Amino acid sequence: MAKILMIHPDKCTGCHNCELACSFAHEGLFRPGDSRIHVYTWEREGFSVPMMCQQCDDAPCLSVCPTGALHRNPETNVVEWDADKCIRCRMCVQVCPFGNVAYDAVSGNILKCDHCGGDPECVKFCPSKALEYVDDTLATRSRKKAFAAKFKKAFQEVE
Amino acid sequence: MYGWIGTILRVNLSEGTISKEPLDPKIARQYIGARGLGAKIMSDEVDPKIDPLSPDNKLIFAPGPFSGTFAPSAGRYDVITKGPLNDTLAGSNSGGMFGPQLKYAGYDMLIVEGRAEKPVYIWIDDEDVEIRDAGAVWGKDVHDTTDLLREATDEDASIACIGPAGEKQVLFACVMNEMHRAAGRTGVGAVMGSKNLKAIAVSGSGAVKVADPEGFKEAVLKARKKIQDHPVGGTGLRVYGTDVLVNILNQVGGLPTRNFRDGYFPTADKIGGESLTANNLVRPKGCFSCIISCGRVARVTDPRFAGFGEGPEYESAWSFGADCGVDNLDAITKANFICNEQGLDTITMGATIACAMDMFEDGILTLKDTDGIPLTFGNTEAMVEMVRKTAAMDGFGAKLAQGSYRLAESYGHPEYSMTCKKQEMPAYDPRAIQGIGLNYATNNRGGCHVRGYTIAVEVLGNPVKVEQHATEGKAQWVTTFQNLTAALDSSGACLFSTFGIGADELAEMLSALTGVQYATEDFMQAGERIWNLERLWNLKAGLTAADDSLPARLLNDPIPSGASKGEVSHLDEMLPEYYELRGWDANGVPTGEKLKALSLS
Repeated sequence: MAKILMIHPDKCTGCHNCELACSFAHEGLFRPGDSRIHVYTWEREGFSVPMMCQQCDDAPCLSVCPTGALHRNPETNVVEWDADKCIRCRMCVQVCPFGNVAYDAVSGNILKCDHCGGDPECVKFCPSKALEYVDDTLATRSRKKAFAAKFKKAFQEVE
Repeated sequence: MYGWIGTILRVNLSEGTISKEPLDPKIARQYIGARGLGAKIMSDEVDPKIDPLSPDNKLIFAPGPFSGTFAPSAGRYDVITKGPLNDTLAGSNSGGMFGPQLKYAGYDMLIVEGRAEKPVYIWIDDEDVEIRDAGAVWGKDVHDTTDLLREATDEDASIACIGPAGEKQVLFACVMNEMHRAAGRTGVGAVMGSKNLKAIAVSGSGAVKVADPEGFKEAVLKARKKIQDHPVGGTGLRVYGTDVLVNILNQVGGLPTRNFRDGYFPTADKIGGESLTANNLVRPKGCFSCIISCGRVARVTDPRFAGFGEGPEYESAWSFGADCGVDNLDAITKANFICNEQGLDTITMGATIACAMDMFEDGILTLKDTDGIPLTFGNTEAMVEMVRKTAAMDGFGAKLAQGSYRLAESYGHPEYSMTCKKQEMPAYDPRAIQGIGLNYATNNRGGCHVRGYTIAVEVLGNPVKVEQHATEGKAQWVTTFQNLTAALDSSGACLFSTFGIGADELAEMLSALTGVQYATEDFMQAGERIWNLERLWNLKAGLTAADDSLPARLLNDPIPSGASKGEVSHLDEMLPEYYELRGWDANGVPTGEKLKALSLS
């Protein structure tokens, strides 16, 4: 079954370990600018949100790619990038509605999450379980249950 | 270079010049980075006798080799300078993003010299560095300054700045970064203010390289596991924050209460980490690369003290709480918020108010001195009001802004100041815990717990438990912790990583990262070298063995209640042994032999 990367911003501490692990896994050094995942923090509100490719079912980056460099892996459902086929037109960067595809001028690489081939380093290095790598159905169910628990608490308080 | 970037950035504000120079690999090996490297630069370039608030002083911002990597909880930087509170080779470190960003921008260190004619900030955008006018943010608090400078530079830039307290040169003003993280102690913010330097904004797109990527990752994973499996490093600090210590210290009779009149605070539970978690915590917060997340995003809803920000550490809950006889955690948290927004060291702020309360209770201060505010122990509103007045240097606040030593001395009663080398002691009573008293007395930056945290063994049993009331063996523990922390601070690691790892793991990670082989002994010796270099500098600045002391109250007045009732500090039993272990003479001066062994002669 295909897996997805689930984010839980309420658990994110804003430590950026995910970015460091991603950069190190892909480039062998620490350069958060190259990371395929980015954490944004609103310091006044004390809130952080990790952002990375959602591997959309109807992926604009894949549709717009003129050479097939971006293609879907049928087994994992991950949108993968083939450096040899890529002409660096950066259309994928333009169309991603989330800003989750980037172009690195230094290396000439398209930077997007590839799930590290099925074993995401960001998940391993996240110290607060703000990132999870889970079956997509199970993930959906667990989040529903978490919200259901909040409803339950709210209703119990007014009962 | 690996781990290190290899470049030092120098900005002279008097001349308006900006220059870059290579980092000497030999010096980097010997002093590691951050605190150690800063001490070396100060030692080479700054006369210890200068006025710390004059243009002759230098202000150094330095991350360590670990900063910017995923070494666990190791993204810190140090601010090193001559401290205005006590004339020592001072320094203070902070987490957040600033240190790593400075490295990604391409620098191991920023040295600021001179004094700008008018308020400025420094904008570092990789290799492009500018000195810019700060007229628009001068007078603004830390939060507004951060927002405005991001608008003016880069929305994701890291901002280290001073608040109004630093501009006004409150002697214990701090440097804040990412709004809530503080290089808190020794008055580094006042030095920044004296240079008319409001802030440093930095945005970096570069990398930190690793000598042995596989070896480094393996060492990091091992170290992470040890911290995560540790009851304090892995669980306690995340769930309750450092404030978890309130009840622990109170139980052992070592929670200084009402300006160290006592060592036990009956209602301590109301200000402890358990209460903070239940009533104010929104979520834990981590610094860059942190796996511990002791930071507390906190909220206060009581309209008298309403606010939102990062809540109190143990030391702040103590200084505004037990030390002032206050057990209202909402008020304490509010005082902490104000300190963060205005840029004040919470330890010295609270302890100075406690000192004033003590003097008020004894009739040395009257309503005439305190702007009509009754400064009695436990007066919650007065405590918060005094923080506001200090940041603004308003009325009696201008007296408090000098710290407790100068305050008490100005009224002819320096004995009311609970300081070592004129810096306020933190939240562990030296009468109840003997080793920490020796550490305070001998600490290179005065009353300080983090640069020799013997509480780990004397109270927390990490890595072993030793008897808190005994003096035997404490000189050795103090020496070991002081050396370890000097090396650890210099690497960029957080002290809290020692709840799980020690010199072995730090040396292993440092070796794989930098390619320089540090055996555990080399790492510890680097710490000893740094400690001795700081000592030499302080001696040249005019400090003597007479300054290795504790307030008379702690040597003479037994703790009146609690588990350590009847105890006093026996500093005199430990100090000679400490000098001997350090290889110093009877006057506390490092011997020629010791200096030679440490390559310091």
